[in-house]
Order: sequence, then structure tokens, then C-alpha cells
Amino acid sequence: MSLTAEDVRHVAMLARLGLEPGEEEFYAAQLGAILAHIDRLRELDTEAIPPTAQAVPLPARMREDEPRPGLSQERALANAPAAREGYFVVGAIQEAEP
Amino acid sequence: MTDSRWEAVIGLEVHAQLATRSKMFCSCPTDYLGAPPNTNVCEVCLGLPGVLPVINRRAVELTVRTALALGCRIARHTRFDRKNYFYPDLPKGYQISQYELPIGREGRLEVNGRTVRITRVHLEEDTGKLLHAGDALETAGESLVDLNRAGVPLMEIVSEPDLTGADEARDYAVTLREILRAIGASEADMEKGQLRAEANVSVRPRGSTELGVKTELKNINSFRFLQRAVEHEIRRQIRLLESGGVVVQETRGWSEAEQRTFSQRTKEYAQDYRYFPEPDLPPLELDPAWVERLRASLPELPPARRRRLVEQYGLPEFDAGQLTLDAATADLFEATVAAGAPPKQVANWIIGSRPSLAPEHLAELIRLVVEGTINREQGLQVLEEAQASGRPPGELVRERGLTQVSDEAALAGVIERVLAENPRAVADVRAGRQQAIGALLGQVRQATGGRANMKLATEMLRRRLGS
Repeated sequence: MSLTAEDVRHVAMLARLGLEPGEEEFYAAQLGAILAHIDRLRELDTEAIPPTAQAVPLPARMREDEPRPGLSQERALANAPAAREGYFVVGAIQEAEP
Repeated sequence: MTDSRWEAVIGLEVHAQLATRSKMFCSCPTDYLGAPPNTNVCEVCLGLPGVLPVINRRAVELTVRTALALGCRIARHTRFDRKNYFYPDLPKGYQISQYELPIGREGRLEVNGRTVRITRVHLEEDTGKLLHAGDALETAGESLVDLNRAGVPLMEIVSEPDLTGADEARDYAVTLREILRAIGASEADMEKGQLRAEANVSVRPRGSTELGVKTELKNINSFRFLQRAVEHEIRRQIRLLESGGVVVQETRGWSEAEQRTFSQRTKEYAQDYRYFPEPDLPPLELDPAWVERLRASLPELPPARRRRLVEQYGLPEFDAGQLTLDAATADLFEATVAAGAPPKQVANWIIGSRPSLAPEHLAELIRLVVEGTINREQGLQVLEEAQASGRPPGELVRERGLTQVSDEAALAGVIERVLAENPRAVADVRAGRQQAIGALLGQVRQATGGRANMKLATEMLRRRLGS
């Protein structure tokens, strides 16, 4: 499977990555090579192997519903590029929620 | 909506915040209402590097209970997935949700005798809150983020497009809320945002089996708005199609002020969430023995209880509906009847405002009224005092001498006096103006300090005036 420059732009946009002119082709080739490798893996006969999304053979552990205090507001906001009146400040959001 | 040529096809997605004390994947408290911004947060729900989520058992339990109450099949193996998108209310850049293996699927909910199929019930985390332009504290070019809500356990219940009108869509949501409250899964208060509904609406020529293009209605925060928004959207789509237009697949909001839906333009690309299995959480195994214990612990659900109240106590449907609005009211009703009061009378005393009285005391009070020892007005007075003092109504009645005047001789004396003092009203009644009798009865009530047996007094007065 080969990627087009359009595919690369789409993926970059979803990942919020800026591309320099000419980088579409560079990454199309790199990502295309990764996909080609996946295609090779798909040639394996996995009929008898149960599907899994996990390499570790352990089920998830659960915790009890006991609240504990977290960080103070000051600590929570300590690394924020911008904060005001206890809020994180971000650029204006106008579009509807996804 | 009755339109001979068109029919509506509606599916609902309902999000409910689960009634847990801590968040979905960390131990931060969930009581963020009224809390200063960014005070119910920690490294996990802020999405700081190097942290790992840990599943809240209670949240899973409440989701399983809900799925069971909706008759879903419960997954033996379930899993969380990442839903990827960038938005500042979600600091990680993804929401942990469930995609391919939801906790419950293929359920059903009875709404007004019709079966609505439930597609799935899954568990995810709530997002933070944004203050936008026009909101308090806002200055141009900025939005403000409060992450107290981020990570609160959120359950999504998706229906099949089985609903056929705005009223039915509202009734579905109301019935669902009853069930969520009855099993303690969610407080489900829409105004507090604990219950949120989104409606997928399309119309098609009546009798057609193909689905029309749908729109998705969001920003609905009451059952009434849900009904109105869906009704408006059905009408809008029909008008559009009848005038030769086409419906555009999009998200629309509801403006209560303008009583119309409006397009919420999103960015031009289609949503592409690139779901993949959450690598920070191993698959979740739901032990069938645990699921069976949860099934056995489910209370009788409101629709079933409503039917039973009608059959067992001979109540009208309306009364049964009112009594099952919450479990505590229905419990008080049944306990009071068990304590020896007639069912219909008990319903009348409870519906509207539930007395905070022990069932035995409430039954005693109702018997005092039914048997004619005191009248209804006195009953209300005793109710108030019994609620305040916690003392038995019978004792209060004896102590205050609140017994009703049912003695004909005593009442006759009062009536004669009232007639003598109100010649004008008497003349009116004799002239055929029946409403004047009310004024005379009012005088009788006043003269006895509210203690007159009004049923008897009315009979006597009518006899005396020959009306």
C-alpha cells in the first residue's frame, strides 16, 4: 500500500504536525515503507491464533471507589503556558465540540 | 408528529454521569459542582506524562447494572479504546472509551408499551469544561479550561433508530432516567449535566424501509427541550424535502430562545478518531459469577413496579405513574398500605409531595380522616405537626381536641346562627344561585374553627334551605 501526499497531509493535520514544503513526499515514502512491512506480516497464516490487543497475559486490575485529594490548584497550573483565575488559558475555541 | 406522507426515524444517544465518589481512572473526587476550577485534578486526569490509568470498580459495576436492567448481553471480555482528537477539554489528546467491545449490547427498553432496542452500553470518561467567548471571565482571543470534570465516569447508552416521534423520544429519555435512578447508577439530573441526550433524526416517505439523511441534535439540557428540538427538526426536514431540497448530514444545536435548531458548523474534515485498543489498560474480564450477583441484586424497575401497583392495588395508571417517579415514594406507598390504610387514599396523600412520616403514622392519620374523626383540612394540620414533632397523629388529635364536629345538634346550632347573620346569601341560594352556598359553608367552617364535618354540614345546609 502506498501513501499519497494527500494522505500524509491528512495524518499530519489529525496529529497537529506542521509540514515543510516537500516533506509530504519524504514522509509518504517512510510511512509507505512501514505499511509495506505490515502488509508482509499480513501474509502470515494467523488462522489458529486468537486475536489480542495485548502482549501481557494479564487481565486489568480494578481499584475501589475511594476518593483522594489530588493536586492543589497552584500545582495543577504550575506548568501551564498561560493561566488566569484558576483556569488554563488556551486560544479561543469557536467551533462546535467534536 | 402526524404527517400522512412522512415518518420520522429517531435514535438517541444518552450520556449519564455515574454516581461514583471518585473518577474513572484516578482517585480524584467527582463532586466538582461549585468547586473552584482545577481543584479536583491530579497527574492522571491532567494527562501529565508518565502516569497510568486504573479502572474504578464501582463505575464498571454501575455500568453492568445498567446494561442488565436494559436486558443487554454482558461481555465476558471487554476492553477500553482510545478515541483520538485534539480539543482543550481533553488534556491527553484522547478520550478513553469503548469501541469494539462495549460492556453491554443488544438490550431493550419498553416505552409506552413499545419496545425500543438498545444498541450498546459502554463506559468512558467525561471531558473538562470550556468557557467560550461570551461566557463570564472571557476576554477576546481566549478560552478558559477547567478540568475538574475531566475523567468523571460517563456511561453512554445508544438506542437503535426505533423512535418515531418527538414525544416518544422524550418518553424514552424519561423512562431511562427512572431506571438509572432506581438502580442507583446515576443521579441523572439533566440541569446539572448528569444526563445529556443527543438525538439522531431523519425522515422518510411513510412505509419506506430506507433511512433518510440524518442530522444530530446536541446541546439539549431538558426533557422539554429534547421534545421540542426533535419536533422542530422533523418539521424542518419535511419542509426541506417537500420544497425539493436535501437534508445535509450535520450537527445541529437547539436554541430555546428562538425555538429552532441551527447548524453548528464544524471543521470541514470528517471526524476521524483513529480508535485503537488502550495500551495502558489490559483487557477487562467480567467474571460471570459477579455479573450474576449484580443481576440478582437489581431492584424491581419502575415500569414493572407501575404495572404491579395497578394490578395489586387497583390504582389508576396515573397514580401508579406518579408513585413510581422515585423509589422512596413507591416504598412509602406500599408500606403505608401494609400498615392498614386504603390504597387509593394513601395515593392521594402521597402524590405531589411525599410526607416525611413513618408509614405507621401516615396510615394512622389517613384512617383518622377516612373514618371521619377529623376532616381533611385538620388532617393536613396534623400531618404538618406530626412531621415536625415525630409524634403519632392519634396522640396529636386527642391532645389538641382536633376532633371533627359530626354532632348534628351542635352543627345545627352553628348553621342557624350563620343563616341569621347572612340573610343576603340565604336569599341568593333560595333564588337559585347555588354558588352562594359556598359562602355559607365557609362561615360554618370558620365558626367551628375548621372542625366541622364539612360533608355533613353541606348536607344539612342543603336540607335546611331546600336546595
